[in-house]
Amino acid sequence: MTEKPAKKNLITPKKFFKKNKMQLTIFFISLILITWLTGAFTRFKAEDMVRALPKVGAWISKNILPVKQEKTILNGIEKTITVLDQKAIGKIPKILRELLETVLMSIMASTTAAFLSFIFALMGSRTTRLNSFMAVITRIISSISRNIPVAAWAIIFLFSFGQNSFSGFLALFFYSFGFQSRVFMETIDEASASSVEALRAAGASYPQVIAHAVLPSSAPQILSWILFMIETNIRSATLVGILTASGIGNIFDIYYKSRQYPTAFLVILSIAVIVILIEFISNSLRRVIL
Amino acid sequence: MMNAKQEYIRRTKKNKIITNPLTPAKLGIFSIFSFLILLTIIGFFTINSKGMVINKAIFEALEGFKNMFFRPKSTRFDLAEGMILVLQTLALAFITTLVGSGFALILGLLAAKNITNEKLSNAIKMIISFIRAIPTVLWVLIFAIGAGLGAVAAVVGMSFHTIGYLVKAYSESFEEIDGGVIEALRASGANWIQIIFQAILPSSATYLLSWTFFRFEINFAVAVAMGAAAGAGGIGFHLFNAAGFYHDIREIGVIVYLVLAVALIMELIAIRLKSIYHIHE
Amino acid sequence: MIQTLIKNEPVIAEKKASYPKKKNNKIILEIKNLKKNYKDVCAVKNISLTVTQGEFISIIGPSGSGKTTLIRCVNRLIDATEGEIIFDHKNLLHLNNKELRQARAKIGMIFQHYNLVYRLSVIENVLHGRLGYKSSLRGLFGVYSDAEKEKAVEIIDMLGLNEMIYKRCDQLSGGQKQRVGIARALIQDPKIILCDEPISSLDPSSAKIIMDYLVRVQHDLGITIIVNLHQVDVAMKYADRILGIREGEIVFDGSPSELSKEKINEIYGTETGELILD
Ligand SMILES: Nc1ncnc2c1ncn2[C@@H]1O[C@H](COP(=O)(O)OP(=O)(O)O)[C@@H](O)[C@H]1O
Ligand SMILES: [Mg+2]
Repeated sequence: MTEKPAKKNLITPKKFFKKNKMQLTIFFISLILITWLTGAFTRFKAEDMVRALPKVGAWISKNILPVKQEKTILNGIEKTITVLDQKAIGKIPKILRELLETVLMSIMASTTAAFLSFIFALMGSRTTRLNSFMAVITRIISSISRNIPVAAWAIIFLFSFGQNSFSGFLALFFYSFGFQSRVFMETIDEASASSVEALRAAGASYPQVIAHAVLPSSAPQILSWILFMIETNIRSATLVGILTASGIGNIFDIYYKSRQYPTAFLVILSIAVIVILIEFISNSLRRVIL
Repeated sequence: MMNAKQEYIRRTKKNKIITNPLTPAKLGIFSIFSFLILLTIIGFFTINSKGMVINKAIFEALEGFKNMFFRPKSTRFDLAEGMILVLQTLALAFITTLVGSGFALILGLLAAKNITNEKLSNAIKMIISFIRAIPTVLWVLIFAIGAGLGAVAAVVGMSFHTIGYLVKAYSESFEEIDGGVIEALRASGANWIQIIFQAILPSSATYLLSWTFFRFEINFAVAVAMGAAAGAGGIGFHLFNAAGFYHDIREIGVIVYLVLAVALIMELIAIRLKSIYHIHE
Repeated sequence: MIQTLIKNEPVIAEKKASYPKKKNNKIILEIKNLKKNYKDVCAVKNISLTVTQGEFISIIGPSGSGKTTLIRCVNRLIDATEGEIIFDHKNLLHLNNKELRQARAKIGMIFQHYNLVYRLSVIENVLHGRLGYKSSLRGLFGVYSDAEKEKAVEIIDMLGLNEMIYKRCDQLSGGQKQRVGIARALIQDPKIILCDEPISSLDPSSAKIIMDYLVRVQHDLGITIIVNLHQVDVAMKYADRILGIREGEIVFDGSPSELSKEKINEIYGTETGELILD
């Protein structure tokens, strides 16, 4: 995602082929077998996909742009020209309002979850845990929280909190909490372990170790993960919004179901733009803080 | 007091030694955190919470959690059927990952600076980052208009984001390959195809596999979501129905446990892969 | 004390013998029947050891022989399985949390990989050595007294890191990082400094500088030094007393002059000693 895998065990081509020819064959055979099985299982046919693609492509290019054809008389000659679809364009302020709410919601979820995640990460990390019993408990809770898909969280909260943004917020919060707990734990173990040891050896107390070793050494990486979480949450918020009838996902759903495709397309475009923008901003911020 | 040896030491007006000078990084971290907290507070004041009575909602949520996690019970399918549904979702994720990784491999090769050239690489990467920016659910719904809801729309729609994710991961893996290996083969007169099959793919194979597996893990969650939000079938569809039509929290409990079991197994595999290949997501 | 150190010319290790040795038999650290078991490995078997004030002790032995385990048991970074560690008239194994902090404040430690907070400046890292003396709350907000800051500056100056004082530690060379490590230990005003392979990550010339500083610390400040080394020649050159460890047991305890080639072979198994001695 953000960090690159470290290249540690490069395999030379010769070695690879000698050693792995057998493995490679087995790997591909089982791959083909599983593919055939899953294809039968889900009734997914590759030829259906190949047939559908051009159809969808043609449909998109015709129906989705926020323009329409109009006949006008220009210099006495009747002509068909393309003009902007005013109905779709008129929805832009509303779309932007919803978008703003969604962005805020994503930031809220990541930021509030980050506080809880940090505490869990301290308890669960090998470097800073208080005891192994607490470590196991915190690891289990955070693991459950991130392995329940965000869509399932949304549906769970829909049940008691109703169709509103707060349910969406809670869904994003729980997923963010689980994910961030794990990456914060890894960050603390990687960035702080050695200096934590040194401060302990010098007689520093637990709170001092956190304040003087853990925080300074892992804050930039933690912040970088929060920014990453915000990006992810904006994308998830669309899905969560469709399920909980709130925010940008909800208005997309409304336009989509009422077949106002050009307006729905504007919603998609606005999401893409905001995601790219936020990605760009967080990348520039990372350059300053890391 | 100020002898020559002290020329590097900064002091305040009161002649106290400054120990923690402000650096751009510190200032940046502090201001970003403050800004995020500020936005969060604003968010809490403006969030739309129509029709919600907070005390009642919290009480109901706790009650719901209790029923979901401690009294799970399904009335519309038995455990075997439930497992088949989860496997269907897993199969959907698998096909998506396979289709996506096939396209991503080709695009990833084209997008690696050390294999093609800077211009092509940048162009592909730009298009890919646009594709990645559009949430999967929207891709699926777009394709559902043309192809109808079902496995095909789900797989095609889900493949788009998969491709976006994997092209980035793959091309970065390729770009980290030691330049010497490619040089040596080029010098010995190998052509493009040979270089790819003799040097590039073998030396990054383990990384490609790991990244693909990580995406498989993500795609499982995505496939659950697509069942719920885009009617793509599998366990997600039942999740949506259990909530939307039957209001059966205990059945949701069963579904959540089934999904959780698969997801946890995959996470364990991913952790092993990471520790074997020293990969950080 | 620091003042005198700054005024002194560098002590060159070779000349060390010419300084009159302060005979002072005050025992500072006593280890009795120390044992440490990891799950199925016995890393330290029944080690007993008496250290007097101002000694420079080098522990040598093949890797995996238990040097690190032994040295970390002293300040309880590793909890010993059995035995007694008496430092400053207290048994470290029977201390509560607060007493342990107080004891650790008097024991400096220097690490192979420096163990600094790399994103902080040199002076911030040096001041970390004072945390053991602070109440939890004062130390939490990094409130250091003016005297502590002045002392930090003096020590940094003494170690030749003047120009680096506000540099982030990740911008320093290995040798400079280790000097920050020494400064952090010195500001603790320790009675003893433990070093776990302090020069193993350094090039020869930086390694020499670090070892020379350690000798000055011992000689001019009277601080006891215990240093794990895997270079026998370095140990012979700098130490007053050498401990040879093999498979968790002390197999040699004596002055460098007593360390014969045969003894080295005994410590290191067979002929490996020849590789290290040139
Ligand atoms: N955390 C640990 N868990 C299990 N075994 C360990 C651990 N640390 C060290 N050991 C084992 O204890 C023995 C002594 O190790 P160590 O003290 O690091 O030796 P040295 O520093 O002399 O190389 C070795 O056999 C090592 O494998
Ligand atoms: Mg060691």
